[in-house]
Amino acid sequence: MSPVLEVRDLAKSFGGIHAVRGVSFDVREGEILGLIGPNGSGKSTLFNCILGQLAPTRGEVRVDGNSVIGLRPSELNRRGIGRTFQLLQVFPQLSVRENLILAGQEHKGTRLSRLFGPRDVGLSADAERMIGFFRLGHLADEKAGSLSYGQQKLLDCAMAFMAGPRLVLLDEPAGGVNLTMLAGLKERLEALNKEAGATFVVIEHNMEFVMSLCSRILVLAEGEIIAEGPPAVVRNDPKVIEAYLGR
Amino acid sequence: MTSGPFKLALVVTVVALLALAPADLTGFDIPWPGLKRYGTYILTLWLVTAIAAMGVNLIVGYAGQETLAQAAFLGVGAYTTALMTKAGIPFGVAFLVAGAAAFIIGIVLGFPALRVQKHYLAFVTLAFTVFVWLLFRNEEWLTGGVSGISGIPRPSLFGQSLRLALHYYWFTLAVAMLLTAAMWWLLRSPWGRAFTALRENAIRAESLGVDVRTYTLLAFAIGSAYGGFAGALYAPLVQFIDPAPFALGPSLLFLLMIVVGGAGSFVGPFIGAAVAVLLPEWLRFAEGYYLIIYAVLVMTMMAFCPSGIVGLAQRLTVVRRRPQQQPVAKPAVLEEAKP
Repeated sequence: MSPVLEVRDLAKSFGGIHAVRGVSFDVREGEILGLIGPNGSGKSTLFNCILGQLAPTRGEVRVDGNSVIGLRPSELNRRGIGRTFQLLQVFPQLSVRENLILAGQEHKGTRLSRLFGPRDVGLSADAERMIGFFRLGHLADEKAGSLSYGQQKLLDCAMAFMAGPRLVLLDEPAGGVNLTMLAGLKERLEALNKEAGATFVVIEHNMEFVMSLCSRILVLAEGEIIAEGPPAVVRNDPKVIEAYLGR
Repeated sequence: MTSGPFKLALVVTVVALLALAPADLTGFDIPWPGLKRYGTYILTLWLVTAIAAMGVNLIVGYAGQETLAQAAFLGVGAYTTALMTKAGIPFGVAFLVAGAAAFIIGIVLGFPALRVQKHYLAFVTLAFTVFVWLLFRNEEWLTGGVSGISGIPRPSLFGQSLRLALHYYWFTLAVAMLLTAAMWWLLRSPWGRAFTALRENAIRAESLGVDVRTYTLLAFAIGSAYGGFAGALYAPLVQFIDPAPFALGPSLLFLLMIVVGGAGSFVGPFIGAAVAVLLPEWLRFAEGYYLIIYAVLVMTMMAFCPSGIVGLAQRLTVVRRRPQQQPVAKPAVLEEAKP
């Protein structure tokens, strides 16, 4: 199967600090790829370089075979790439429903048609479906800022899927989420992968969550990939154990 | 109490009261002699100021940018209208050109907002205001310099001259209503949602496909155009313009109006403009002390209610309603402790 995302020799330096050092990997259609590594290993920087938030020092990123280096995050999003951030990123003054409509509105019509068209851009039904899918129905009209952390995290994920992206990069989706909600989140992500065919790259520190969700794991340490493979293999790799626990 | 029909009835009542406020109603057996000429002028000035403040509210309150340039755009609109109407061009054309000129210059001013934020951006717009003010003052061949432009004609509407203060007030009220309705439409549209997203989290908005650059420029352009439209109404109101009302001080006053009224609140600019234009008039009984009282009132309000008068009203409403509120039932599966 052809890769949705190809990363080749990607590097990012901040002055003398080499956050990402020549990383290369592919993400295949329909795959859930895990990206793990100790704090400061360069995972989020790698995400930000792929998604146009940071300009890489060198390297190439291709989506469906086309280079996307230099494209802005909004352009990448309109090409079907969604993301969540490590820290919560919802719009607190907008309701849950408005957050979701906002997450999809720029994919509908032209800017001028959105000004003179319906306020919901025809996305109310999609928003309701997403609200139901992520079990936020009772909170649909609440301001996002009034939700609990876990509920905001679910909303954050739901927003990433509103525009029906082909590829979603999730940065620590399980961070700060309790066990009950975590099981629900995993179930939702698996359903989106199977039913909607969405492809994921997931950064996560929760090993149980990432090992059970992902079919393949990349391990990053000091900006380099030190291991790659199925969860069972990566879990027992001595280099991975050393990276996490030290010598 | 906040349902659609109630809001509509409230708006209609307020507009009707505003329309009737300066008129002599004694002929209808209503003991209201109307406002004198100066009172009508102040009310018209309040409407003009509120239009410009609506533009600042879009830029600052909704899109989360900074601007200290609205008085400069007021000047662009005022000088454009003064020069064009004195040259015999109809007011309607001058009005549209004034808005369009401010719109285009607003786009140009928006570009620095793509690179710098917060007080850095405020300083960029501050420099722009000084630049425009210097143009008004020094380019005497065009603007008349410090002597300004006098004899600016009031427009006519369907052959009816708007020379009388009351007629011009009604005309300004009608234009203000149109511009208010346009702003309401804009803010309720998906564009308004995108502007709010820009204010709350531009990085996240960009990651969701919102073209932050374009929306930033649009916010500056539309907000500045409102300054231009206000200027176009201001010039025939005062019938004499010089550079003084378009300097940095008035620009700061526009920012104050938004902060005092309630940034990001639709009615905030009207309340803020009332505080800036009407309150000093009401405080004139204090003679030499009125500016001191005004400053103390504003400082006290900012200290105890930084979200402005609208924010204060909302807080009071919440406090009054809280005892009656029922807790929202949540499914057990989603219950969790906040971290």
